[in-house]
Amino acid sequence: MSILKKALTTAALASALIAGSAYAQDGEKMRIALVAKALGIGFFEAANKGAQEAAAELGDVEIIYTGPTDTTAEGQIEVINSLIAQRVDAIAISANDTNALVPTLKKAMDRGITVISWDSGVAPEGRQMQLNPSSAPLIGNTIIKLAADHLPEGGDVAVLSATTTSTNQNTWIAEMDKVKGDYPNVNVVGTVYGDDLADKSYREAQGLMQTYPDLKAIIAPTSVGIVAAAQAVTDAGKVGQVNVTGLGLPSEMAGHVKSGASKSFAIWNPIDLGYSATMIAYHLAKGDATAEPGAVIPTGRMGEVTLDENTEAAMADPFTYDASNIDEFSSIF
Amino acid sequence: MTEQTGRQIPDRLTSPLSRALKSWEALLLVVAAAIFIANSLASPYFLDPWNLSDATFNFTEKAMIAFAMALLIISGEIDLSVGAIIALASTVMGLAMTAGAGTPVLVALGLGTGLACGAFNGLLVARFGLPSIVVTIGTMSLFRGISYIVLGDSAFTGYPASFGWFGQGYVFWVITVELVIFALAAIVFGVLLHRTNFGRMVYAIGNNATAARFSGIRVERIKFTLFLLTGLMSGIAAICLTSRLGSTRPSIAAGFELEVVTIVVLGGVSILGGSGSIPGVVLAAFVMGLVTFGLGLLNVPGIVMSIIVGALLIAVIALPRLWSMVRR
Repeated sequence: MSILKKALTTAALASALIAGSAYAQDGEKMRIALVAKALGIGFFEAANKGAQEAAAELGDVEIIYTGPTDTTAEGQIEVINSLIAQRVDAIAISANDTNALVPTLKKAMDRGITVISWDSGVAPEGRQMQLNPSSAPLIGNTIIKLAADHLPEGGDVAVLSATTTSTNQNTWIAEMDKVKGDYPNVNVVGTVYGDDLADKSYREAQGLMQTYPDLKAIIAPTSVGIVAAAQAVTDAGKVGQVNVTGLGLPSEMAGHVKSGASKSFAIWNPIDLGYSATMIAYHLAKGDATAEPGAVIPTGRMGEVTLDENTEAAMADPFTYDASNIDEFSSIF
Repeated sequence: MTEQTGRQIPDRLTSPLSRALKSWEALLLVVAAAIFIANSLASPYFLDPWNLSDATFNFTEKAMIAFAMALLIISGEIDLSVGAIIALASTVMGLAMTAGAGTPVLVALGLGTGLACGAFNGLLVARFGLPSIVVTIGTMSLFRGISYIVLGDSAFTGYPASFGWFGQGYVFWVITVELVIFALAAIVFGVLLHRTNFGRMVYAIGNNATAARFSGIRVERIKFTLFLLTGLMSGIAAICLTSRLGSTRPSIAAGFELEVVTIVVLGGVSILGGSGSIPGVVLAAFVMGLVTFGLGLLNVPGIVMSIIVGALLIAVIALPRLWSMVRR
C-alpha cells in the first residue's frame, strides 16, 4: 500500500515536473489570460466571446480577458507583469510588438507560465507557439471555392488584387492557381491590380466587366478591393450577373451582401480564434500537449492544429460570411 | 554677483510655502499608505517582494524624467518632447548597435542624444525666447519623425546581452538597476533643488522671471541648463527602456510625456511654476505605480484604470483648495 502510494506520488510529481507548469490540479480553476492588443476593439471582444465559450466547455477554466488602453508594447508589458504576479497558468497574447514583449514573456515562461501568441505573433523565443488564423494554402483554396460555390454551370472569373508587390495577395493568388484544377468549371481569365485604393480598384473592376462581358465573378482577396468591386457591380446594374467575393470585413460588406452584389465572402472568425487559442493554452498548461515542431494539439470543436517547424499553426479555412450570418458579425468587426 | 538679493527671495517664501509643501507631502503619504493597504487586502499577490519589484517598472523610467521635469515646470517651462527624445535616443542606439557598437558606446550615444535634444529645445526657448509648450510640441513630432523615417515599420533587435543589465538587471535580491537609478536621481535632484543656489534660482524664476532677472539671475542660462537636464534624464530613461524591451520601434515610449507631467503635478508641483518639491514627486511616482499595479492585479480594464488615475489627480489637487475654502 505504502509502496503504491509512494509510486503514485512520485508519478504525480514527475508528471507535474515534466508538464513544467504552475497549474495546480487541486480543484482550483485554471486561469488563462487572453491579452488583447487594446481593449475596446470589436475583434478582440469577439475573441473573448470565443474564449468564454471554450472555458464553459472545459469547465475548470477561468478566462482573464485583459489588455492595455492603447496598442503599445509598454502597456502590454505592464499587463503581463500583473499577470505574472497573479501567477496565472497561461497567457495567450495578440502582440503589439513582435520583439519588445520577448524579455517579459520569457520571464513569464521562466516562472512556469504557459505562453502562446495568436493573431499577431511574438518572436519564437518569447512564446511556446503561435496560432495563425489561417494559412496561405487554405486562403488560396477558399477564395476560388467561394466563387465556384455560386457557379454551378461554371464561367469566367477574374481576380482584383492589391498591388503587384503585395506579398500576401501574391502568395494567396499563387496558392489559388495551384488548386485551380480542382474547380474545372471555373475559368480564371486574368488578374488586375487596384493598388488597395478605393477609386483605382473601382475603375479596374469596371474595366473587368467591359473586357469580359460574360464575367460571372470577381475575386478580390483584399478588403479594399472587394468593397470597391461590389460597388462597381452595383453601379453597373449587374447585381445577380456578377458575383463579388474574396476577403473582406463584415462591417464593410454588410450592405453589399444584403443587396446581393456579394453572395458570400471570407475572413478569419475572431470567435473561433479566441476559442482555439484558449483550447491550445489549456492543453499546454495542463501538460497533455507539448509545443514542439510536428506536435498535434486538439482544439475542441475546431478539430486540431499541427505545429510547423517554427512552432506556428494555422487554425482553419477562413470563415465564410453570407446573408445568414452577416448581421451577427457586422457589428463585431 | 548680487548674492544678497539672490538669498532674499527664498527668505520671503520660506515659512508659508514650506508648511504648505509639508502638508501636501503628508497628504500624498497618506494616499500612498492607503493604496498600499487597500492593495494588500484586495489581492493576495500584492505583498510579494518579486511582484512589488516587477511593479516598480511601471513608473521608474517615467519618474526619472519627472525629477528633471519638476525643476523645469517649477521654473515656469515645460518639455512635452521627452517621449520623442526617448524614441530618437533609442533609434540612435539601435543604429550604432547594427553597426557593431558595444554597450559603453551605446550608453554614451543614448546620453549624448538626450543631451543634444535637450540642448536643441533649450536653445529655441532660452536663446530665441519662444514659448516652451510650442517648441516642444514641435520637437515632439520632429524627434519621433526622425525615428519613423529611419525605422518605418521595422525594428532594431539584438542588443548585446550586457546592455540588458540596465533594464532587466538586479543590483541585489529584488532591487532592480532601474530602481537604484531612480533613487540616485531622486537624491541628486532633491539636493539640487533644495540645497543649492541653483535650486533657489529655479524657484525665483518660476515665481517672477522679471524680478529674478533684475536680481542678477541669468535666467536664460538656467532655463537652458534645465532643458539640458531633462534631455539627459530622457536619455537615461531611453537606455533603461530600450534595455528592458530589448528592441527599438519608433512608437517606443509613446504618450510618456503626459504620464511624466501627471506624476509631477500629482507630486504637488504647481503647473504655473514657482512651487513644488522632489519628495512630493517621489511619493507621486509611488502612488501612480501602486495604483496601476494594484488595479492590474485585480484585472481592472485599462480604460477604467485611466479614469481612476484621472479622478485621483483631480481629487488630490482639489482637496487642499476645498479644505481652505471650508476653513474660510
